[in-house]
Amino acid sequence: MKLAYEISHLLAGVMLVASFALLYQQRIAAVLNAFAAQSITLALAVAWAAWSEDRPDLFITAAIALGLKGVLIPVALHRTVTRLGVHREVEKVVGVGMALLVGLALCGLSQALVVKVAPAMAGLGRDELALAMAIVLLGFLMMIVRRNAVTQVVGFMSMENGLILAATGARGMPLVVEVSVAFSVLIALFVFAVFVFRIRERFDTIDIEALDRMRGDRR
Amino acid sequence: MTAEVAVQFLAQGAQMALVLLIAPLAVGVTRRVKARLMRRQGAPLLQGYRDLAKLLRKESVLAESASWLFRTAPYLIFALTWVAAALVPSFASGLMFNWAADVVALVALLGAARALLALAGMDVGTSFGGIGSSREMMIATLAEPAMMLIVLTLAIAAGTTRLAGVADFFIAEPLAVRVSLALSLVALVIVALAENARIPVDNPMTHLELTMVHEAMVLEYSGRHLALIEAASMLKLTLYLSLLICLFAPFGMAPAAAGPGSWAVGLGAWTAKLLLGAALLGVWEVSIAKMRVFRLPDFLGVAFVFAFIAILLAYLSLGAAA
Repeated sequence: MKLAYEISHLLAGVMLVASFALLYQQRIAAVLNAFAAQSITLALAVAWAAWSEDRPDLFITAAIALGLKGVLIPVALHRTVTRLGVHREVEKVVGVGMALLVGLALCGLSQALVVKVAPAMAGLGRDELALAMAIVLLGFLMMIVRRNAVTQVVGFMSMENGLILAATGARGMPLVVEVSVAFSVLIALFVFAVFVFRIRERFDTIDIEALDRMRGDRR
Repeated sequence: MTAEVAVQFLAQGAQMALVLLIAPLAVGVTRRVKARLMRRQGAPLLQGYRDLAKLLRKESVLAESASWLFRTAPYLIFALTWVAAALVPSFASGLMFNWAADVVALVALLGAARALLALAGMDVGTSFGGIGSSREMMIATLAEPAMMLIVLTLAIAAGTTRLAGVADFFIAEPLAVRVSLALSLVALVIVALAENARIPVDNPMTHLELTMVHEAMVLEYSGRHLALIEAASMLKLTLYLSLLICLFAPFGMAPAAAGPGSWAVGLGAWTAKLLLGAALLGVWEVSIAKMRVFRLPDFLGVAFVFAFIAILLAYLSLGAAA
């Protein structure tokens, strides 16, 4: 039990560090890699919870997290970024140092909140809840401080990673699988939204006719 | 009783001598590994000793505008660093002065040495010295909070800020995966790189005006003064390696009540770990480029963030245990 606790704690801590890496990184490619690392860690954490607490349904969640958010979405976003030739440097509203400090404050906030709100909760669940909340808040922060649409989607999805972590930590939540699938659909939606965003930014419209006009065989 | 005290005294004296003797060798190992990885022959391992001996023999040249501070600073810096380095438990945790080996005291000693060095850098009034001092202070103000947070994390885990106590705690404790310790290890490594003026914070080999920090401060020194400053920076590297070993890999160290037999084991383990650490530093230095000075706050900010997360997690697991 002690070891199980230590390992889930470790994985959740690594996810939190990955959240900070998202805030720290300057280049879009590095941001995407950090996001992939966070998702893979999430998959490991969920799989560990499934194995150590004997809840096989969680393996599905882990598989979804690994396949979809650990591999598929980062690869897709990488390809989008290279194909669109988006400027490599991420535009930011505030500097890295400021963002990190605000992130630290959010970590402290989530900790204080969880200690206040759930003083009676058992150790393991409370820890995970505090960490998951911090990850969610950092996802919010990421969406606020980054102007680029791609990094905003990454912030959103890292927020969702935090949500799944929280759902995993809370016992007796068989809906986790469904919730995760639903969110994944939502994410796919967002990925498409990025396409639209980029198209609009480039052509000042989301009308696909603008793409036709760009083709060589003009009539 | 008196014999026991004498043995204790000798052991403590041996540790003081040991850190001083091994410090140039550790630097030599780092330089050698770097050179070999760059496919150069590299200086022999004992070059550090030769450099120091040569500098000690040479005449010390003083600038006309140098004050008494400039002349006394090297001795004080050397003494402070030596005391700090000798306080970190190396081969045994039960030595005579280990009650004084408090991490906070260690930070204070090093801070005093750094303040003196920065003052001495500005004393002569050259622009390089001033630029070096201001940059050193910038790095210090960023690295020290992180260092204090790391100390507090370890204090939460072990229940004491005494280094020997922390080491004893981690020797006794069965090896566990502890995320807060892993994070504070990373943070301490970053702080150690910054404090020792290693790449990516500063390049110890450079004499290029725009990039040097530590070298810019000591530019005016020569002869025995320079020898003392060089020896102090070597000691500082040994100190940080020794600190990392003591806090995160103390296995092999003789426990408090052990006698000379296990001291020998501890000595061998410590020396091996120290030289391994120096070699790893060499590998690290060739595999990364130096950062721009304006990027340093972000890099050291990472150390601060890691230390902060570590202390949060330590606090959390404390709540879980209670």
